[in-house]
Amino acid sequence: MSDPRGPREISLTVNGQGKTLRAYPMERLLDVLRQHLKLTGSKEGCGEGECGACAVIVDGALVNSCLVPVLQVQNSTIVTIEGMAQSSRLSPLQKSFLDCGGAQCGICTPGMILAAHHLLSRVPRPSPEEIREALAGNLCRCTGYAQICEGVANAANREVLG
Amino acid sequence: MTTEHIVGASVPRKEGGDKVTGRAQYIDDLTMPGMLYGATVRSRIPRGKIKKISFGTGISWDEFVIVSAKDIPGKNCIALILDDQPCLADGVVNHPEEPILLLAHPNPHILPKAVEAVAIEYEPLPALFTIEDSERQETIIWGADNTFKRYLVEKGDVDSIWQKAGFIVEAEYHTGAQEQLYIENNGVIASYDPNSGLTLWGSLQCPYYVHKALIKLCALPEDKVRVVQTETGGAFGGKEEYPSMIGGHAALLAMKAGRAVKIVYDRMEDMVATTKRHPSRTRHRTAVSSDGKILGGEIEFVVDGGAYSTLSSVVLSRGTIHAAGPYYWPNIRIRAKAVATNAPPHGAFRGFGAPQSLFAMERHMDRIAATVGLSPIEIRKRNFLKTGQTTATDQTINEPINLEKLLDRALELSDYHARKAHFRNENQSRTCKKGIGIATFLHGSGFTGSGERYLASVVGVEGLANGRVRVLVSSTEFGQGTKTVLCQIAAETLGLPYEQVEIAQADTDDVPNSGPTVASRTVMVVGKLVQSAASGVAQTLIAAGILRKEFSPKEFRDACSKYIAQHGQLKSLAQYEAPPNVYWDDEKYRGEAYAAYSWAVYIAEVSVDLAIYSVVVDDFVALQEVGKVLHPVLARGQITGGVAQGIGYTLYEKVVWQNGRMQNGQMTNYIMPTSADLPPIRVYFEELGNVHGAFGAKGIGELPMDGPAPAIVNAIADALGTPFDSIPLLPEDIFQTMESCSQSPEAPLTQGVR
Repeated sequence: MSDPRGPREISLTVNGQGKTLRAYPMERLLDVLRQHLKLTGSKEGCGEGECGACAVIVDGALVNSCLVPVLQVQNSTIVTIEGMAQSSRLSPLQKSFLDCGGAQCGICTPGMILAAHHLLSRVPRPSPEEIREALAGNLCRCTGYAQICEGVANAANREVLG
Repeated sequence: MTTEHIVGASVPRKEGGDKVTGRAQYIDDLTMPGMLYGATVRSRIPRGKIKKISFGTGISWDEFVIVSAKDIPGKNCIALILDDQPCLADGVVNHPEEPILLLAHPNPHILPKAVEAVAIEYEPLPALFTIEDSERQETIIWGADNTFKRYLVEKGDVDSIWQKAGFIVEAEYHTGAQEQLYIENNGVIASYDPNSGLTLWGSLQCPYYVHKALIKLCALPEDKVRVVQTETGGAFGGKEEYPSMIGGHAALLAMKAGRAVKIVYDRMEDMVATTKRHPSRTRHRTAVSSDGKILGGEIEFVVDGGAYSTLSSVVLSRGTIHAAGPYYWPNIRIRAKAVATNAPPHGAFRGFGAPQSLFAMERHMDRIAATVGLSPIEIRKRNFLKTGQTTATDQTINEPINLEKLLDRALELSDYHARKAHFRNENQSRTCKKGIGIATFLHGSGFTGSGERYLASVVGVEGLANGRVRVLVSSTEFGQGTKTVLCQIAAETLGLPYEQVEIAQADTDDVPNSGPTVASRTVMVVGKLVQSAASGVAQTLIAAGILRKEFSPKEFRDACSKYIAQHGQLKSLAQYEAPPNVYWDDEKYRGEAYAAYSWAVYIAEVSVDLAIYSVVVDDFVALQEVGKVLHPVLARGQITGGVAQGIGYTLYEKVVWQNGRMQNGQMTNYIMPTSADLPPIRVYFEELGNVHGAFGAKGIGELPMDGPAPAIVNAIADALGTPFDSIPLLPEDIFQTMESCSQSPEAPLTQGVR
């Protein structure tokens, strides 16, 4: 048997595309995304699961990719910020973030948008409290959150109104 | 000319598309061929002599590039105001986490082990950790008296007023350190080539500060140093001076290695080793007439600067001038000093000294009100600065500001009187007490005093052959909207669509020095220069006889194309000149401290749960006069963001110090507000305009940091009837203050009453 801590083949689906790569089993999903797959939209803010800048969606769950060893996502389906826009068209959520001023410095924005997307996929018409609660795992130092929450509410309305 | 105004409209953020799609490239998203990764070996003690450095076993040291102070080609300093801070400690250390050695290796994962394996033997020296330690001067750690800078502001005759006073009100106020906590840590990449020189890319606010520092450190000519700002994930002052340090480190490693070197801090290194807001102590002694008019007073304002002078003298300056608040003082003496301690240097952070001294002033106003027997509203109304009156530095207020009206509007918006009456009623039967508090304040736009005159900023605007316009500034975007607003100003000036204006990357090879992006100066000072340089482009074309005075975008494009075919380039520069009536005396600290002020009234409503001593802010009204609002969405975002940082400063963010080192350097134990912690932040603007700013704009970025702390603490005092004079106020601090107040029979509210 080969060393269980040594590099091994990992297969996963990222933004709809199947990927196979060699990585150490304990490598952080965040590093695998950023370094192996060159998907640098997911950011490292704290490295300990507090800030949510690295948030991605794994099999429908919102997770901080800095805390996930890549072995754990073997055969999983992952959505990152790069998978949010359809080709060059911004998603309603991305558009709303822009219109409402939800992105200032932008470093928390990818994680924030994924957290919002995750919320809207479960609760299409969230209340303001549900939005604030759902985003509480993603830190933003610029906005004071008001315009982010408005962006999410606005996107929810747009989706419903079609 | 287009009839629709671009200025005043919420146009799309220039770099917004890249930010919401994850395409924006921050420093850690970039790599270079053959790049090494750098790490820093730092002091474990607060002060001492370095006796011996040894490299432990188990590490292949020959694979590393190692840089010490001996490798520095130029002067071992971070050039800023005084050159007293070394880039790398040489023989002595003066604070915990002071950089001593630099290591670089192709594999970043090996670096932490290597840093651990460097053993440093010290001979410890006595160290100072508080303002009071430093003032005692039993140990001298900096200069002759541990003091980086002193200011004295004097107006009238303070010594003559005390016997006329109906009341003399005295108290002491404290504010703690605060971490900027931008979500992107400090990071840079340096590359060096003997022919082309040194290039530094980084997350930074002030490319020309870093440029100046690298020239001196690396002994390179000006044209062999290039500094480029990459997308910057928040700064708040925390990337004003520090990038010269981390940038210097990467530059030294790159020069020795002959390869590109990236240094990106992890969260803990960023928190424990880089700058924070200056802790402060303010003492007020105020003479008040029996009907509540301020006759005069003395203010002593002291900030803890940490181990080296860095920006402390200018932080102190802004804090000193703001210490008197938006009030009329016939007589005043302000003594201020920045002192040295053995902590990492404290530095720039949104507000820059003003949040500290304004916290004291606004708490003191409530104390004066209670002493005199007036309401917090009435005491302020009787003492507000009015147009035509002079500030503490003898600056005549020429703006048509009416603070009484501003206050009345905020009272109405917050439903102050009804809420207050309601709380008084309800509080008697509840363990969760509610209160409401006011802060009224001002914030000066642009550099203090002669600052803008010395900076003499230059801005360029370039017309391109396709009719597009390019704004050339070293002013940086780090979330506030610099790119967007400066493009709006150029577009409005030239009557062009916003989409036709672009802004150059802040690259010292490509843009002139429009000064640092600090001090609420970008929209007002740099914006005005952009307006003037943009006009210059049109005037050049008009003077060349190829454009009419009134022109359409198409005519402008044709003229640009014609001009460039003939002359090769169409560029207009504008340089700052002080308005004739802006005068400042650096010696006496008198005159026009700022060309313009922004004014504000903030009102906070709080609940204090006496079962657990925790505070929740339930409502927050932020009303401000900031001149013309150029972009309503961005302007509101500045206020909500600043208020959120202010709420953190007041109620959550406590730096726990031990022997000069931050002990809680993690987001797990240094707590900033989340979306679930904040009240609705209701933002309102008054727009009086301003002759000094582009299209009447004034500074806005720092203002919202000044008001939350005093408004919230005044609300807590209102809820509990206990005065609180220090921030941050975590539950344990509230508990302790209440315990000590209940033990002393004379409640501090009546302290100092004559």
